[in-house]
Amino acid sequence: MSTGEVGAAGLALSMVLVVAALALSRWQHLRLERDLVVSVVRSVIQLLIVGAALKLVVDPGAWLGWSWLWVVGIVVFAAATVARRAPELPGVFGIALAANAASAAIGMAVTFGLGIFEVSGRTIVPVAGMLVGNAMKSGVVAGRRLVDATAQQRAEIEARLALGLPADAAARPIVRATLRTAISPQIENTKALGFVFLPGAMTGLILAGVDPVQAVLTQGALMYLILGGVVVTTAVTTLLAQRRLFTADHRLVPLARSTADQ
Amino acid sequence: MALFAFEQVTVAGVLRPRLDGVTAELPDGGVTAVAGPSGAGKSTLLRCCNRLEAPDAGVVRYRGEDLAARDVLAHRREVGMVFQQPVLFPGTVRDNLHVADPGLDDHAAAALLQRAALAPAFLDREAGSLSGGEGQRACLARALATRPRVLLMDEPTSALDRDATLLLERLMGELADDGVPVVLVTHDDEQRGRVADAVLELREGQVTHEHR
Repeated sequence: MSTGEVGAAGLALSMVLVVAALALSRWQHLRLERDLVVSVVRSVIQLLIVGAALKLVVDPGAWLGWSWLWVVGIVVFAAATVARRAPELPGVFGIALAANAASAAIGMAVTFGLGIFEVSGRTIVPVAGMLVGNAMKSGVVAGRRLVDATAQQRAEIEARLALGLPADAAARPIVRATLRTAISPQIENTKALGFVFLPGAMTGLILAGVDPVQAVLTQGALMYLILGGVVVTTAVTTLLAQRRLFTADHRLVPLARSTADQ
Repeated sequence: MALFAFEQVTVAGVLRPRLDGVTAELPDGGVTAVAGPSGAGKSTLLRCCNRLEAPDAGVVRYRGEDLAARDVLAHRREVGMVFQQPVLFPGTVRDNLHVADPGLDDHAAAALLQRAALAPAFLDREAGSLSGGEGQRACLARALATRPRVLLMDEPTSALDRDATLLLERLMGELADDGVPVVLVTHDDEQRGRVADAVLELREGQVTHEHR
């Protein structure tokens, strides 16, 4: 285990605690046994498929186009996920697609344009996955929060509209609050980095035998890229969504408050 | 010429139309009460007057001009509105007036407060600390800050006690006398008797009575 490599036996041993969870579920009649087994089997299959596909992409001789196609897939899949989680937002899929694409494009341009990582099959997909995966969550928060706050503060927005303010000015206080709500968690994460939690990329690198200082530098770079990606996605989501909440003649559209949990 | 003319105006609703082919005229002067029971479509009709709602069919005219063809933002500044509940923005009363007119100086602001029967000292009061009646009068002062030529009021006294109600009614009358016609939505027959120069009655989205 000193090299950090995990074999099939190691993977199997890591399921000891899953067996303990199964026992607990049975003992307490939680009826979670089936879900537990399904989640473990499903995750193993999904990870094996992704691992096999990644092997093709990260192979030094592989065509880089496959990696970029994968990135497109990540962006589309993330948009579909946002659309599922924030259905109350009008035009949510298109908004999420634009927001995720913007954060991926800007993040990748900075990452590779400034040479933080070299352009290779080994870097493109993981970096894009981390960027979009984190940005997507803040996009969901931004979309849901904007719709909820708009429905809740409808009277205040209409009072501003009635004074002749245009839609963007009438919505500005809510847009600001939404941006703060969606961006703040990532700022808190960045503050807590290192002391409170050791992020996945760094942990993975250290387990894989990379020098901890090198692992820290890599994680730091990724974290700041993620923070930037979160800001881009949140801003694009909020500003595009705000337009969908008003008609062209500055009227508020009827909205359903979100009821589903995230 | 009518202040507002409704020509076969329909606004769709969930179970039935909120306005169902309404044809009516509101006179250009005095206080006009739009009366009727809850759900009659009174507020919808009022909101059509400043385009917070748009008809699904029909035409609304403002002093002869098709409302849909007017610049909506300029129209809303010309046609002020006071809502059922006092909706004040965070900050002081002065901050609230500045939302309506960012260039307003304290002298002009105090004059607006005076028209709404509030002392100049209210400028520095936090909006959240006002009573219901004071809040509604602060909303009236804020609506007047855009120098409207017409005032729409959507049951503005429904949350107020009798003294605050009578004071606001007096202010409506003063505005109308000063040449700013008031369109007042009310379901209170006594209030209608006290303030209205003309009445439009609605029931289930249709005009049942027009008295001028």
